[in-house]
Amino acid sequence: MPSATLSEPQRHLEAQIRWQPLEIAFWLATLLPFVLTPNHLVLASQIAITALFALSLDLILGYAGIISLGHAAYFGFGSYTAGLIAKWGWGEPLTGLLIAAAAAGALGYVTSFIIARFRHLALIMITLGLGLLLAEAANSAGWLTGGADGLQGVRMWKLLGLFQFDLYGTTAYTYSLVVLFLGFLLARRLINSPFGLALRGIRENAVRMPAIGAASAAHIRKVYTIAAVMAGIAGALLAQTTETVSLDTLSFQRSADVLVILILGGAGRLYGGIVGAIIYMVARDQFSHINPQYWYFWIGTLLIAVVLFLPNGILGGMARLVRLERRAA
Amino acid sequence: MIDSAFGVLFDGFAYGMLLFVLSVGLSVTLGMMNFINLAHCSFAMLGGFVTVSLTNGLGWPFLASLPGAFASAALVSVAFERGLYRRLYGASELDQCLLTIGIVFVSVAVAAYVYGTIQQPLSLPAYLRGSVSILGHSFGVYRLFLIGVSIVITAALVAALELTRFGAQVRAAVDNQRMARGLGIDVDRVFAVTFALGSGLAGLGGALAIEIVGLDHAFAFTYLISVLIVVAVGGLGSIGGSFLAASVLGISDMAGKYYFPELGAFLIYFVMVALLMWRPLGLFGKR
Repeated sequence: MPSATLSEPQRHLEAQIRWQPLEIAFWLATLLPFVLTPNHLVLASQIAITALFALSLDLILGYAGIISLGHAAYFGFGSYTAGLIAKWGWGEPLTGLLIAAAAAGALGYVTSFIIARFRHLALIMITLGLGLLLAEAANSAGWLTGGADGLQGVRMWKLLGLFQFDLYGTTAYTYSLVVLFLGFLLARRLINSPFGLALRGIRENAVRMPAIGAASAAHIRKVYTIAAVMAGIAGALLAQTTETVSLDTLSFQRSADVLVILILGGAGRLYGGIVGAIIYMVARDQFSHINPQYWYFWIGTLLIAVVLFLPNGILGGMARLVRLERRAA
Repeated sequence: MIDSAFGVLFDGFAYGMLLFVLSVGLSVTLGMMNFINLAHCSFAMLGGFVTVSLTNGLGWPFLASLPGAFASAALVSVAFERGLYRRLYGASELDQCLLTIGIVFVSVAVAAYVYGTIQQPLSLPAYLRGSVSILGHSFGVYRLFLIGVSIVITAALVAALELTRFGAQVRAAVDNQRMARGLGIDVDRVFAVTFALGSGLAGLGGALAIEIVGLDHAFAFTYLISVLIVVAVGGLGSIGGSFLAASVLGISDMAGKYYFPELGAFLIYFVMVALLMWRPLGLFGKR
């Protein structure tokens, strides 16, 4: 662009920050379950939690290009922290959430020093290894975590002292949705900042960024910690709304699932994880009567198809369709 | 105490040799094409199920079924390589991971559909059962057999790589793929053959594994992690590295289970992460 001026990147960022009508419609639509499917609010709250988890993975994978096969470590760590605080007698949800976020963030910050040093296969193996390490530790420490039986005896107090966590999930969904929205706002602000641009630079060319003077390692540490906090909050939400924590929150399966969800929706797009979570969780609920073994047959087929034919996920495919349409018109 | 240590060492080494046969193919193909094939253990599982079907269904002797396991895994893997993997050689690591994890999911589901979710029974011939006593120590015959087979395979692999023309082409392609192409080596063909051999070895490993660790529909997942550890710690494309890493992993896993059963697999993962932090390219990795 010959006419590019110094303010060009700033104008680009400002254009991104403006809210599109479609976005506003999307967030209004998240209120629909209260009216249309009041019997499925528990599922809706699980979707919101999964969406937040997928969003946290999107920050590191979709934007900074860090492949993680062990992201469930932070989810599970937040989950166990929140569960244990409640079990030990402090069942206040909001402070529990904050403490869990801080704990997951601390773990994320410590591990981020390792993450920032590696790339390629070593990075994949180290994220995988750290995740397995934590899962094994939780399994071994049965006195603390309840081991394979899960953490029992988690009792939550009323949210804000007013709203009981009920069987229908009204409180759970409201709570999860509000937290998801706040997390989304934070992610959106982050991505559309110079920091977000630097992250994309690292994703596109990890060698060049330090060469032009960007503090790549520091950026990676920062975004990894933020993603860990967000994953920890998602895990804490799950512990608080279901009042139980199982080893499954730390498992490799969960890391793989969230990866599938994000890829399905479209990585590197803020809404990718959310759309992926909605489709994945609703489909799993609909097909819950079939054997989970066969469920994974379809998930596997879907993954292969997405990689081969839909490189940017469902949202990427839709964006391409829209572009083609416009060109035709 | 010394006796138990000896037993742990022996059993651990036998287990390590099993891991070596399972993983050596992945190490070489990863080193050559930089293609992260997480579905490697699916081919191993295929070999295992072929052996189960041949021995239990058709009444073949166990030893005769092993070449069947090798050949079927090799053939199926070539079909996958030509049909799917080929398209992603230049693609990102993430895409490669996702495609091959998808294949793992599908293979696990298909195995569950065809064979059910139970452990597969396998009856060994009498001459491979029981144990023999040498110098006052008793050794499981099957484990001795396993170690023998692995050592033969290692020797054959090293000899083939070091002494044959094809082996020289493989080494050239691992060391510098572009230069090898420039010299007129048909890297694609070399890779397809290597891939088939590596997957065939995995299939053989799957068949040999049934007696030691069992075989069920989730095999492709359960042993994926061990195999990846061997490959990452040993270093890509290094047969010696894989051999050493597999032995260390097998022995430390067995020792951990024997002496610190409450720790579970914690020790293994800890050692792996520590080793990779020390040497990100593995013990013998060159790049």
